[in-house]
Amino acid sequence: MKIMVAIKRVVDYAVKIRVKPDKSGVETKNVKMSMNPFCEIALEEALRVRESGLASEVVAVSIGPVQFTETLRTGLAMGADRAIHVEAPENIYPLTIAKILKALVDVEKPGLLFLGKQAIDNDQNQTGQMVAGLLKWPQGTFASKVVLDKEKQVATVDREVDGGIETLCLDLPAVITTDLRLNQPRYATLPNIMKAKSKPIKKFTLQDLNVEIKSDLEVVEVTEPPKRKSGVILSSVDELIDKLKNEARVI
Amino acid sequence: MEDWKSTYRLLTHCKHFFHRRLSPNFHNSKPFCTSGSRYHCSQPSELVKPYIGNYQQEFQTFKHLQVSLGTNPWNRCRNQYRCFASQATIIQRRPDFSTISSEDLSYFKNILGERGVVQDEETLDAVNTDWMRKYKGTSKLMLQPRTAEEVSQILKYCNSRCLAVVPQGGNTGLVGGSVPAFDEVIVSTSHMNKIISFDKVSGILVCEAGCILENLIAFLDNQGFVMPLDLGAKGSCQIGGNVSTNAGGLRLLRYGSLHGSVLGLEVVLANGTVLDMLGTLRKDNTGYDLKHLFIGSEGSLGIVTKVSIFTPPKLSSVNVCFLACKDYASCLKLLLEAKRKLGEILSAFEFLDHGAMDLVLKHLEGVRNPFPSSMHNFYVLIETTGSSESYDREKLDAFLLHSMENDLISDGVVAQDITQASSCWHIREGIPEALMKAGGVYKYDLSIPVEKMYDLVEEMGVRLGASAKVVAYGHLGDGNLHLNISTPQYDDKILSQIEPFVYEWTSKHKGSISAEHGLGLMKANKIHYTKSPETVQLMANIKKLLDPNGILNPYKVLPPSLFTKN
Repeated sequence: MKIMVAIKRVVDYAVKIRVKPDKSGVETKNVKMSMNPFCEIALEEALRVRESGLASEVVAVSIGPVQFTETLRTGLAMGADRAIHVEAPENIYPLTIAKILKALVDVEKPGLLFLGKQAIDNDQNQTGQMVAGLLKWPQGTFASKVVLDKEKQVATVDREVDGGIETLCLDLPAVITTDLRLNQPRYATLPNIMKAKSKPIKKFTLQDLNVEIKSDLEVVEVTEPPKRKSGVILSSVDELIDKLKNEARVI
Repeated sequence: MEDWKSTYRLLTHCKHFFHRRLSPNFHNSKPFCTSGSRYHCSQPSELVKPYIGNYQQEFQTFKHLQVSLGTNPWNRCRNQYRCFASQATIIQRRPDFSTISSEDLSYFKNILGERGVVQDEETLDAVNTDWMRKYKGTSKLMLQPRTAEEVSQILKYCNSRCLAVVPQGGNTGLVGGSVPAFDEVIVSTSHMNKIISFDKVSGILVCEAGCILENLIAFLDNQGFVMPLDLGAKGSCQIGGNVSTNAGGLRLLRYGSLHGSVLGLEVVLANGTVLDMLGTLRKDNTGYDLKHLFIGSEGSLGIVTKVSIFTPPKLSSVNVCFLACKDYASCLKLLLEAKRKLGEILSAFEFLDHGAMDLVLKHLEGVRNPFPSSMHNFYVLIETTGSSESYDREKLDAFLLHSMENDLISDGVVAQDITQASSCWHIREGIPEALMKAGGVYKYDLSIPVEKMYDLVEEMGVRLGASAKVVAYGHLGDGNLHLNISTPQYDDKILSQIEPFVYEWTSKHKGSISAEHGLGLMKANKIHYTKSPETVQLMANIKKLLDPNGILNPYKVLPPSLFTKN
């Protein structure tokens, strides 16, 4: 069985986000970019499945400008066998990404598609669900545990939901999106980084896959959240009550 | 009490005798053999042992006496410190120093206002104690001036009254330099915390001494610059203290010491003179460059009130790798290769041995072993900082490939994002905390020629055997070893095995007994292990010239015996 993993390049989780002065979006120039942490978890899970002998190959795919190949290289250094880069502009919306992924699935025919539950840059949390819909495959989203049964061709997925864990049994092929507690992604070790240099990255264009970019959405404005005002220390309970009554008007 | 004193004198004399035969440094140490002399025997003599053992107990008796005698300064007080890294230091309060009177208080209130004069017990307790809780003074007064002019008025007055003063910044020092030894007046720089100017073209920052390092880092970050120094205590330490102690830290390898990046200082001398040396020029060869006297003099020559510092631009591409080496020789070869192959982008080269790694993995939560399947003898953390991600990465990859092919590295990981980079740094930076959690720890901050550096660790390991765990880490790129001896609890027997051996060994190999922490109270008497008698004498002369009454940070940096009036 082959596993496909979708990977997105985003502003590094630890970088302080700055809004562009013209409010058209988030500043990404001269900013450290890394693999989306949920995608990292998805890739790690795929690698673990392969290492347990339940899959034969892990293919990492990414959709975006040419710099996205650097992120794919990271995926290869973590252990993916090969990679696919679909050249596309930045900031395309989930439905288009889902269509591209469907087209790739038609080419590669994987038995499992892993995705992060969402990307930390725009937090849309839609791509996995949409691609499952387009493929008409079962989906297990927000996975915190994945167990595969090769004989029965099913995947058992634990999902963290309000009030507990929901366990689903999916027929393969299936789409699984990964949550934070599923695993801890590995470091890229030196020998693997060196090996990754010679692993192939196959290129596709949108024309090759016959996908058109269109969106019904328009970004009007991106602004920073309001700055938190500094607190004050009050000297008495009476003063507090007074402030709550007259200033905050909550009591 | 008297018995105790005479025993002490007798022992001191005996030790002179032993010392004469045993110590290779006899000539160096001769002028300083009051309290420092007892550290000179290679092995504690039979006479010394019971003394060390009973010391604590003797002191308890003394403490009662001190309490019953009140705080009359003319009593010959002795102070004892919970001194983990060094044997208990015995010093006497200088009898010529005055004590605070009500007139003094009203004078200070007059110049600083009520808010600038702190007598509240809780606050004083905090500022009397250093952050490792090793040293505790008994000061009854903290002053918080807001300007250099106020500092000047304070010092002028204290000098005329012969009131001893301890300057204090963030109080994060490790050698007891920032807390009073006795009842010195604490002059805090905390309220002098304004940024005065920043030149975006030249990157020159001028600010007051009380600016917290992390605030300066955040301020510069917004301007696209970085501070040339970074250290673990950045959240509390102040730039005035950093300059006064010539703090080293993690970026020294790249940006050099503060002697290079500090361009100018404003300093208030003991007599109240405000020395304006606040230049913002990179080149200025007019006469003696006196600011250097105040960088690293630990507040003993003057109080730094303003700093002008050269800051490099912030570069966007940072890479971190964590590597495993099979032996120390490989670490050294790797350092050489890193300097050659990474060149200008190399920004940190830190090392730790397996003992340090074990401790961190055992005692710190959330630490992740990059090599879960195998243990290695040595670990090296390399950081590069540059302006181009792809170019830096290419250089780093070429260096790593070459080092792997030449068998310098047995394993390694390269951080793929900032979170991974932070967890690599967390291993290195978490060692001090892990050591504190492991029990007792004797800490030494040594500069030793790198090729010999690890010999000391091995010799110490053999010396102590199974009784203690010898752990080594440090800034290998700067030749700075942090030698730590971890024990289940503090034990004088172990301490006598470590000291003075560690100082003698360092001295023999032309090292420094204080690489970046300073001497403070802990090592004031040990300066001769690193500096010649002539040098120390000149230092004492300079001190006497700038501070004839010796009111500034007394008992520290230089052996107090140099300043006792006979």
